[in-house]
Amino acid sequence: MSGGQVGVATFAPVAEAQALGAFDNRVINERLPEAALETIQMVGFSSLFTLFLGLPLGLLLHVSSPTGLRPSFLVHRALGLVVNVGRSLPFLILLIAVIPFTRFVVGTNIGPEAAIVPLTLGAAPFFARLVENAAREVDPDTVEAAVVMGASRMQVVTKVLVPEALPSIISGFTTTIVTIVSYSAMAGSVGGGGLGYLAVSYGYNRFQTDVMVVTVIVLVAFVQIIQLTGDFAARRLDHR
Amino acid sequence: MISVTDLRKVYRARSGEVAALDGIDLHVAAGEIHGVVGRSGAGKSTLVRCLTAVERPTSGSVRIDGQELTSLGEAGRRRARRRIGMVFQHVNLLDNRSAAANVAFPLELAGVRRTARRARTAELLELVGLTDRARAYPAQLSGGQRQRVGIARALATDPAVLLCDEPTSALDVTTTRQILRLIKDVRDRLGVTVLLITHEPSVVKEVCDSVTLLRDGRVAEQGDLATVLTRQSSRLARDLLPILPPDQPGPFALLEVSFAGDHPAGGGEHRASLAFAQLVRHLDADVAVLGGAVETYGAQQFGRLRIGLPPTASVPDAVAFLRARGLTTEIVPGPTATEETTAETKEAATEETAWGRAER
Repeated sequence: MSGGQVGVATFAPVAEAQALGAFDNRVINERLPEAALETIQMVGFSSLFTLFLGLPLGLLLHVSSPTGLRPSFLVHRALGLVVNVGRSLPFLILLIAVIPFTRFVVGTNIGPEAAIVPLTLGAAPFFARLVENAAREVDPDTVEAAVVMGASRMQVVTKVLVPEALPSIISGFTTTIVTIVSYSAMAGSVGGGGLGYLAVSYGYNRFQTDVMVVTVIVLVAFVQIIQLTGDFAARRLDHR
Repeated sequence: MISVTDLRKVYRARSGEVAALDGIDLHVAAGEIHGVVGRSGAGKSTLVRCLTAVERPTSGSVRIDGQELTSLGEAGRRRARRRIGMVFQHVNLLDNRSAAANVAFPLELAGVRRTARRARTAELLELVGLTDRARAYPAQLSGGQRQRVGIARALATDPAVLLCDEPTSALDVTTTRQILRLIKDVRDRLGVTVLLITHEPSVVKEVCDSVTLLRDGRVAEQGDLATVLTRQSSRLARDLLPILPPDQPGPFALLEVSFAGDHPAGGGEHRASLAFAQLVRHLDADVAVLGGAVETYGAQQFGRLRIGLPPTASVPDAVAFLRARGLTTEIVPGPTATEETTAETKEAATEETAWGRAER
């Protein structure tokens, strides 16, 4: 991504723009709100699908591990491989590699809707690993205590592992959403729409530095809001 | 209520097979508090795991409340576990649940409805005296309070048997006493049968009606407290009624006398003290009391005394005289014996405590 490169060099115009009181760039005034909404849409849906995909995957990874509730070498290794492949591919390559699949699911490989597919596929393995780590942190004695009290495996997962690991899972999910925001800018730059597209096609290709600066500011604001909300939620739910 | 017969559990290790439990027999009557003691590695934990059907024994039978656990499938074992209340050493409460929600946890697992759960939880919290802490999270409770929640939780499904695995090992002396009193109180009120695993002599002293000493996966001693404490050369008696080992050679022949009597307040006879008075007259010699321990366990007094007979007195005569009066009497191979036996005695007295920890 070229955004960082240009953004760093152009902080003076921020003050200049603020001094003027408003932006006299039609791209900012008209296209920016729309692009921001597209980013929110992309990130929102991708995060949701990542949650639905990554949470069970991460829990399954933990449960099937040698120290888990139902150790299974085969399942653990197979899932581990899937997750590792997903994690080792650079996002840009994944983005392009899954285009046929994206077309099959969404019908097109252009636009915010299409970006949701690679975003989810890129973030879910990452989130799954974070969930696995969070579940592993739950005291094994507490898990065994639940078993001794007559809990089934499913009950152990839903009533012990997830609630006890919830603060960590939420922290992990926050990190994941932030990652999705940055991925979404990349997806945007290759036709996904949103803020990434705006930054690259106007800020970079058409030398409109003010567009670049404002986009960066909006993205930073997004990440701040997500992080603060996530931290707050994790803190509120942690009673340790 | 709890009936373990010829229980064996063999683990396969790299160096061959290791028998963690090697033919355990253990029978606890309904409403009794039974202590299981032994050093670490004696098989206590494995026994607990077999009693909760977490571990499948190699052979033998485990019956709880009339139900054989060893032949059950996974679902059956789960149901059976709900008839067993378990109190853990480290309590193992769920950190993100309030005290009340922790107590309600086993009920939730059993599928009890919310309203019924609420009523039962309130009842249990009152039983353990924590009604005002119902909404507190485990991190906000003291160690003793946490264990109270643990006990309330263990009782939630109205179990016939309460298994307590080192319930007080992480607690201080005062809190330990409170928790033990609570366990006893619960037994008295609900009639639940209690199996208490511990390594602390004071725990046995405080609450147990009967006791099993495990050693190397076998039952080394077993019986109700009175029987075990007055048995000839009992390891448990040596730990629960410790007397300093004789270290100065003297002119005396040493005898150790164990006795159990009813609590004086209960109008019981003072068999031991009478017997000693009679012994003095019988031998017509000065009998010295050189050491001893007397403790009240439950409603009974137990004691061990070391007495010294002057060289003029006949030792076999004195032993026969005391035994005839119902006192367990043994000759101590003390300082007057050969060097070899002295070393053995010292070793036996200092290292070989039942709990593996010198309590003297």
